[in-house]
Formats: sequence, structure tokens, C-alpha cells
Amino acid sequence: MEPTRHPRNGTPWWRGRGLVIGIPYGWLLLFFLAPFIIVAKYSVSEMGDIRVEDLVTYTDGAVKLAVKFTNYVLVATDSLYRNAYLASLKYALVTTLCCLFIGYPFAYFMARAKATLQPLLLMLVMLPFWTSFLLRVYAWKGLLDDGGWVADAIIGMHLDTLLFKLGLIETPGQLMHTTFSLLIGMAYTYLPFMILPLYANLSKMDLRLLEAASDLGATPWVAFWRVTVPLSKAGIVAGSMLVFIPCVGEYVTPELLGGPTTLMIGRVIWDENFSNNDPPTAAAIAVILVLLIVVPLALFNRYQAQAEEAAK
Amino acid sequence: MSPHGRPKGELPPLGGAARSAGGAPVRKRALFSAGFAKNFGRLWLVAGFLFLYLPMVALVVFSFNHSRLPSHWGGFSLEWYAKLAGDDEMINGLWLSFKIALLSATGSVVLGTMAAFSLVKYKRFFGRTFFSGMVSAPLVMPEVIQGLSLLLMLVAIQHAIGFPERGLVTIWLGHLMIGMSYATVVVKARLQTLNPQLEEAAMDLGARPWQVFTLVTLPMIAQSLVSAWLLTFSLSLDDVVVSEFLSGPGATTMPMVIFSRARLGLDPSVNAVATVIIVVVATGVALASILVARNERRRAAEISAAYRDDS
Repeated sequence: MEPTRHPRNGTPWWRGRGLVIGIPYGWLLLFFLAPFIIVAKYSVSEMGDIRVEDLVTYTDGAVKLAVKFTNYVLVATDSLYRNAYLASLKYALVTTLCCLFIGYPFAYFMARAKATLQPLLLMLVMLPFWTSFLLRVYAWKGLLDDGGWVADAIIGMHLDTLLFKLGLIETPGQLMHTTFSLLIGMAYTYLPFMILPLYANLSKMDLRLLEAASDLGATPWVAFWRVTVPLSKAGIVAGSMLVFIPCVGEYVTPELLGGPTTLMIGRVIWDENFSNNDPPTAAAIAVILVLLIVVPLALFNRYQAQAEEAAK
Repeated sequence: MSPHGRPKGELPPLGGAARSAGGAPVRKRALFSAGFAKNFGRLWLVAGFLFLYLPMVALVVFSFNHSRLPSHWGGFSLEWYAKLAGDDEMINGLWLSFKIALLSATGSVVLGTMAAFSLVKYKRFFGRTFFSGMVSAPLVMPEVIQGLSLLLMLVAIQHAIGFPERGLVTIWLGHLMIGMSYATVVVKARLQTLNPQLEEAAMDLGARPWQVFTLVTLPMIAQSLVSAWLLTFSLSLDDVVVSEFLSGPGATTMPMVIFSRARLGLDPSVNAVATVIIVVVATGVALASILVARNERRRAAEISAAYRDDS
């Protein structure tokens, strides 16, 4: 056996493998984990007169640990925070459903388009990613403001009375700074995140299954609901998670397109930190938000693991 | 031929009627005809793309608007571009954003490649699952929380040792945090498709690990590194939330300028900036796709030439 066969044996642990793993690992511990521990620490601290009070203090040679849950009590009891959490979850859910409604047929027809056309369609879906998200959200401000293209079209078709009846706008003819403008903006931003996993899933489907369904007497409609949709469940779940999770903590879109009635939790964290200068409360809200996000994420991971297990 | 009179593997048209053998009457009526389904599909795709692209079209159109109100057309004008040229706040912001994006894209690709390499090549190391979770967590973590957590930590560090001052460096750290996760996803996807035998062969032929990486692995993943770099560059150039949390006095990035103006109302100078960005990006994407297509053609030609030489 030549010595060159296993050159790794000659390198000390801190070079090669150790370095490749160690650098990103250390980086993440320092700039991802440590900040979260500090947020958790802040959330159980109290705001002093000028700065946050220390959690651990030395007085007369004894270590004193002052864990305070007042921030959590405040967040749990004040209806402002509870309503903001509920609103965030509600808007995220409605946005996810809107994206699914627009995105599923879109991805479906994309996957069934001519094979030569598909790369172009795919590129067109991804292209908006490359231009500023902030600017595209801002563009809706112009479209939905008085006299904007979309506002004119909607009011021209008298759809604003329908939106009013649905409770999405407060006064007919006024589309900006309403629930409607917020939902349009969020659905617009996150639609590609729904389309891409659905397309990836639907384009891989074995089309002979539809043939089999047809041979067994299913109409295309029945085949769609009983073959295509169940088979694309993984895509639906992945797309929904990719839309729902970032929507819950969204800040920019509600700030630019939302109105006085659409207070979401991202804005509350922002305001607690910047306007009220109260990082401990902001930290407590953030910790609860992380928990709210981790639960669906854990369910998603379990679902994926089960799906992989089933595929074996 | 299948028993139903169709060649095997050929599909019934979408929405087509299910016919029984020998052209007997339709057993079950289709809900809609094939033609209707096809047109409905086209219509849905067109409407979807209209939804995706209308805001961008509007941004460009109203950047040439003479009127200050971007919702009313007041005649063609280039005045907002002229104003943009003298808009120091915006130009300084763009310059700062550009520097940060350059730094964070480069850093993200280096860290992301290492992380992807660790996850794909080393199946067992201490806390691998934990590491993998930390790498992907920033992808789903709300930016407000990332900004807040980094801010609180940097404030604590600054309080203890006196630096870093909030500004370019702190924004860079924040962008690096998010960019690294995206870079890892892109590079990891490519590394997973590589044939490990090529690297094993290089090692068997006596290459040191570093040589294997630079001579074998790196050329094969080069394209994904470029995509990762471009993606993290554009993410950094676009970020507003993390930058707002981590910036200090005097460090205002371009998205922060745009955001503060957009918050106040409609502003045609924002449209002018948007048009410049859209034109730059569209040119870049067009050039990149031409280059990729040319590379692929050349590769295909080389592969077929190699096969010809063999025979």
C-alpha cells in the first residue's frame, strides 16, 4: 500500500476537516446561537431607568439571580399583543390560501406546458426574485392608490363594493392602507415561493397514472382531485410552509401597504425596540414568535421525515 | 396499442372525454372540453404573469411621469432621473449598499461552501444535526427577530469592550448571517449531485485534500458558487429590516433611503431608482443566461468530441 493513498491521515485535526467544519460552526454559534441566548436573557430581564438591569448581580459576596417574567405577563395579558399575534397568524393563513389558490393552477399548467416552453416559464417566475422586493411592494402603493391602474380597474368593475362587504376595505373606493392592500402585497411577494415547490412536484408526476385513472373510468375532473392533488401533497405542504412562516413575522409589506387596522407582530417588535426603547418586551414578544414558528416547522419536518420514510 | 385504442404512453387530452373501446358512446361526460381546459390554462398563466409583472411595468412607466403623483400620467419627462443624479442621499446609500453587498456575498459564499461541504462530505461529526438546523434556521426566521437578536448582542459586546461601532461592519455581519444560509442551500444542492468517485480517484492518484478540492471539486461546483454569489449579493442589496436594526448614524443603505421615502408616500425618485435597478438586473440576467447557454453548448460539443475520439 502506497502512503499517498490516505493523505488525510497525515494532517493534524485542526487542518482540513476540522477547519472546514469548525469555521462555519463557530460562526453560527457566535452569530446565530449567542444572539438568541441574549434575546432569551433580555426577555426575562427588566428595563431599568436607563438600561436593562443585570440578570446576575453580586451583592455582599452573594450571587443574585433576578429572573423576571413580567414581560411575558404583560404580553399575555395586554390585548394589544394578543391581537397582533392573532392578526399575524390570520393574515399569514389567508395569504397562504390565496397563494395556493393562484399558485396551484399556475404551477399545474406550467408543468403541463410544452417541454420546450417550461424553462422560459420557470425563469419568468424566478426573475422577480432578482429585482428588489422592497421596490415591488412599493409599486403596489402606486397601483392601489387613488387613480392607480389596479384601483381604477377594481372600482370600474364595482368590485370595491364586494370587497367592502367582505370587510377587506373600510370604505368603498378606498383601497390603499386596508386589509385588502396588505393581502395583495403579501400574496404578491410570496406567490413564487408557492409556485416553485408545486411546479417541482407536479412536473415530476408520472402522467401514466392519469391514463390509468381515465382507463378506470374517471373523468379528468375526478382524476385531478383523486390522483393529481393527493400526489402533490408534499408540494402543497412545502409551498404553504414557505409562504406561511415568513408571512407571520413580515414587517416591510404591512408597513408600506397595511393600514391602521392591520397591526402585525413584526411591527410591534419594531416599535417596542425603536419607539418605546423597551428591548426586554421586544425580546419577550420575539421569543413567543419563535415558538409560534417552530411548532409548524417541527410538524413540517416530521411530515417530511415520514414521507421520506414511506418512500423507502 | 392499449385496449382503449390509444398508443401506449400517450395521454388523453386534458379534459378529454373518457371513451370506451371501439368509439362507443362516452361513459362519463367530461366536465369541460379539451379546448376549454387548454385555453383556461393559458389564461391562468397569462393572468399570473400579469400579476407578477404589472408592478414592475408600472414602476418603469411612472418613472418617466412628469406629474409628481405616480398614479396620474402628466406627460413624458426625464426630470426624476436628472434629480436622481444630484440626490446625494440616494447615491451615498447606493455606494454603501454596494460595498456591503460585495463583502457579504463574498463572505457568504466562503462560509456557505464550507458549511455545505461539511454537511455533504462529513456524515458524522459532533452536533451535526444541530449544525444543520442552525444553518437553515435563518431561512425561515423573521428578519425582525434576526435584526433584534444581533442588535442586542452587538450592543452587549459594545458595552463590554467598546467596539464595534454600529455601521458598515455590523450591517455586514447581519447580511452575512442570512446570506450564508442561502449560499449553503445553493452549494449543497450542487455538491449532492457530484459523483464522489471523481474525488476518490484524485485522492487515489495522490492528490492532497486541498488539491482535490481546488483541482477537482471547485471547478465542478464553480457555477453554483457564481449563482450563490449573485443571489446573496442581490439579497444584501435589497435588505432593509436587518440593516435598519444594525445601522448606526451616518450608515444609511439605499433600501433604507427608499423605505423611509416610501413610508412617507409616493415618490417618483424611487421609481427612477427602481427603473435603473430593473434595467441593470435584466441586462445581467440576459448576459448570464447567454453565457450559461454557450457554456452548455461548448460542453456538449466537447463531450461528443471526446466520445468520437474514443471510438
